[in-house]
Amino acid sequence: MTDSFSCIQNQYKEILKQYLEDKNEIGLYQAQQFSKKVLEHQISPEETLSFHLDAIEEFFPDIPHSLRDSFDFLLEVMMGYGMAYRAHQSLRDKQKELEAEINVAASMQQTFLPEEIPQVDSLDIGVISVPASKMSGDYYHFIRDENDCIGVAIADIIGKGIPAALCMSMIKYAMDSLPEQRLQPGALLENLNRVVEQNVASNMFITMMYGSYDPHVHHFYYSGAGHEPGFYYSQKEDTFEELYAKGLVLGIKRHTKFREYHKQVEPGDFVVLLSDGVTECRTEEGFIEREELIELIRKYKELPAQEIVEKVFYELERLQDFQLRDDFSLIILRRKV
Amino acid sequence: MSIQSNVEVHTEWGIVSARQAGRNLAKDAGFGNVDQARIATAISELARNIYLYAEKGEIVIQYVEDTESPVSKRGIKIIAKDKGPGISNIRDVMEDGFTTSGGLGAGLPGVKRLMDEFDIHSTAGEGTEITAIKWLR
Repeated sequence: MTDSFSCIQNQYKEILKQYLEDKNEIGLYQAQQFSKKVLEHQISPEETLSFHLDAIEEFFPDIPHSLRDSFDFLLEVMMGYGMAYRAHQSLRDKQKELEAEINVAASMQQTFLPEEIPQVDSLDIGVISVPASKMSGDYYHFIRDENDCIGVAIADIIGKGIPAALCMSMIKYAMDSLPEQRLQPGALLENLNRVVEQNVASNMFITMMYGSYDPHVHHFYYSGAGHEPGFYYSQKEDTFEELYAKGLVLGIKRHTKFREYHKQVEPGDFVVLLSDGVTECRTEEGFIEREELIELIRKYKELPAQEIVEKVFYELERLQDFQLRDDFSLIILRRKV
Repeated sequence: MSIQSNVEVHTEWGIVSARQAGRNLAKDAGFGNVDQARIATAISELARNIYLYAEKGEIVIQYVEDTESPVSKRGIKIIAKDKGPGISNIRDVMEDGFTTSGGLGAGLPGVKRLMDEFDIHSTAGEGTEITAIKWLR
């Protein structure tokens, strides 16, 4: 450290001397390059200033006393910058540490999400879930029971980032510890509601929609807990209707009942489930309208489900200049012909 | 050369006197311009804390020698003590960005970085004693 320090000090002396002789742009360019070097070696402003004073005293031994003393004055003024510089360095180190921790947590969180989408002959499923920052407050899950029924859950923790992610991990364990046998959507939400009500701080809320698709009779049963309504597309009518399920947000009241709804799904029909990050996608003109979202899905509806969700995500991401403001999750389940 | 200076701090004049005493001692000890300014700044920050939060206290500046370590070292030790309200959350005040007054880089973490050694002891309601040492390189 001391070696390279005096080495850098000598270098300053040399390039300054060169500049004072030639007084050209090359010298100034070298000064600019030198400033990168002092930053690289973490030399603080007051030290750089003292390089200058030492050099000047050597070049001009007869420098007036008052001019020389003025450097002490300047040195004192630079102390604040020096302290700020060191604070910046330590904050930067701390930030790196935090980022490394968050990266580990984020990759742990990824393992909470299903690794693959269940493959069923009669269904075409597409999923996309993208966090606004590194960690997500959105959750989705697929369950396939022994009768080949496909359960699909989408949940959104109010809030985002790390607190939401912590809360999400609890939902995952609560889902995993549900009884093995198939639960009806309403009963499942009642179960989860109890867990959330008992375990989560009263200022955290979770909205959720849970649906179960029976491929034998092509019925889709669903219940919701204050979750952003999805859409149901009917191929025969070529219309999108709102997939709304009335129900209180999870974690508010211990004994809550959730109404169960159902749809008869015809070939080509599909169900769209989403998190509020999709509809609260903000553009310069304000939030996008649900109608705009429908138009977007309609535009790609002939594509496979996975391609639809990816295209819709890309377009909405582009609308927001590739800066997500909230976690984004979109699921499409389509009955194949 | 004097070995120790004690300066009472209860006005801004006290802060200036403490700085002056520290600078003189640092100069006598053989510190260069930059380190003199750092020691004066550290004293300044500690004395200001006394002035602002404890109203009055004392800054002691000593010439120190460490003969116990393998290579003997010499330096300057600053002790800032007051019988003010004390600090109940030392961890917080040692955190960057916590300062309630002053801007970026100031405060106790800033002082700690200016010096080589730093120690703080404080009891709420009784007072605070901060010790900081800068060694000659």
